[in-house]
Amino acid sequence: MSPALTTEKDDRASAAAAGSPGPADATGSVSIAHVHKSFGRPGAAQPVLEDINLRVRPGEFVCILGASGCGKSTLLNLIADLDKPTTGAIEVPGGRPALMFQEHALFPWLTAGKNIELALRLRGVPRAERRPHAERLLELVRLGGSYGKRVHELSGGMRQRVALARALAQDSSVLLMDEPFAALDAITRDVLHEELTRIWSETGVSVLFVTHNVREAVRLAERVVLLSSRPGRVVREWTVDIPQPRRIEDADVADLSVEITEELRGEIRRHGQQ
Amino acid sequence: MASSETTRGTAVEEADGGDGGERPIEKSTAKPRPGNAQDLAGLEAGLDALDAVQTKRVSPVEVLVQKVLPPIVAVAVVLAVWKVLVLAKVTADYKLPDPGRVWDALHQLWLEGELFDIVWTSVSRGLFGFVIALAIATPLGLVVARVKFIRAGIGPILSGLQSLPSVAWVPPAVIWLGLNDQMMYTVILLGAVPSIANGLVAGIDQVPPLFLRAGRTLGARGLVSARHILLPAALPGYVAGLKQGWAFSWRSLMAAEIIAKSPDLGLGLGQYLENQRNNSDMAGVLLGILMILVVGIAIELLIFAPIERRVLRSRGLLASAR
Repeated sequence: MSPALTTEKDDRASAAAAGSPGPADATGSVSIAHVHKSFGRPGAAQPVLEDINLRVRPGEFVCILGASGCGKSTLLNLIADLDKPTTGAIEVPGGRPALMFQEHALFPWLTAGKNIELALRLRGVPRAERRPHAERLLELVRLGGSYGKRVHELSGGMRQRVALARALAQDSSVLLMDEPFAALDAITRDVLHEELTRIWSETGVSVLFVTHNVREAVRLAERVVLLSSRPGRVVREWTVDIPQPRRIEDADVADLSVEITEELRGEIRRHGQQ
Repeated sequence: MASSETTRGTAVEEADGGDGGERPIEKSTAKPRPGNAQDLAGLEAGLDALDAVQTKRVSPVEVLVQKVLPPIVAVAVVLAVWKVLVLAKVTADYKLPDPGRVWDALHQLWLEGELFDIVWTSVSRGLFGFVIALAIATPLGLVVARVKFIRAGIGPILSGLQSLPSVAWVPPAVIWLGLNDQMMYTVILLGAVPSIANGLVAGIDQVPPLFLRAGRTLGARGLVSARHILLPAALPGYVAGLKQGWAFSWRSLMAAEIIAKSPDLGLGLGQYLENQRNNSDMAGVLLGILMILVVGIAIELLIFAPIERRVLRSRGLLASAR
């Protein structure tokens, strides 16, 4: 495993040195170019992300995979403009991307429908259009009858679907997802994988999905990007050419998962040897 | 992006065993699926039905038995013990009058037509003072919670003021303002403003940072965020502060009414209590105390408890408490 790893890294290093992405082919893509991020005082700064280069094409579904400490969530925060990179440039088409968290982050003082309407209101949708728009989004996540439901009256899976609808209400061309299904039970997660795949193909939104679950990544993504830990660097990418609809139990999904898991474990082992 | 192209190229080759095409979607591994969109919808409906939280309504009879009956029993027990102590002649009659004499005093006040006036004088003062306190304490609490410099400066003073008995403000208030309603309101404000402001500060401190992050990703910043995210999220703490603020208002007012007497001031519950002490009328004194207690509890039950219940229930915070 380790010789392969070295060549990979050399490839990446030489490619990164060859040149930064040109603006001509950047139209509509999320572009992350030479992004570094460190936390702490200058001098004693801890690098969290190191020279991240990534592009998400319009309508593409990319999973970012990594063990603890790979800076997955930091990367999403940078893309969502909740934090600034130390160096490097991030371009997101069409302004602020939508972001979904591991926790549903729905506001408990509002009903499911009003949570979505708040998102619409904050992006300036006129009052009269908000309610029908919110109801359409609830239909999209198959929660048509839940407009007036309070957050605490919904199950975990329903809450994440409302959160997805609220994220879609931002009408952003980019959807960032930070381990959104990690806290759900396996059956619900499985169903939400199918839902997400369906909604992604219906809306044509670009998805950047962070997870530590290899099978989830292979089940969902067109492309899987593996990050190393401390600091996070792009180690390798896989294009997943298994046709949708996939299932997490599929042999093809399992085969690629084994391969990616081996690579991920190699990355983790490296930390034990230091 | 050159680096990702290169890396992806190699990865594809490895994953596909060397055919290395540009994302060959048409790979013929598609098997017939038992599931389709209809099945998924049905599956999801089933999951939702299984997982949905059941909220059950409590019947009026249950409310009566669980909420109304216990306090009635408690009051009856207190009255019974009182009566027994009187019958056992544990102390002189002028120190512990018969419960019936307290009732007579109440009845007499009613017949004289003064009962309503006395209660209204105090309640109107208390509520008016509370509303002013609310108007001052809310912006104050917001500023203290959100501006670090101000918080470091007056935050500790604000919490310290809560432990100062408001009776202590009566002498300076009388000197500053004389014996009038302004003096009463000053004492109420000094008692209630710190507790309402502190409630709001605590409420804001307890807002989960996740809500603020979620708000920011939705585009809420600054005042918009305060209006749509921060204040609604802080509401439970704020309402708890309001309840406490009312208790402080009422206590402060009674302290002021008992100490400060003047013909210019209308007769309130505190003055009534003090007058009965001067008349050595123990039944009247007990009636005064009971009326202060009942009015304080009634305002809380009629105004603040329903607001608090509504706020907590709408957020599912009362679901576990029966």
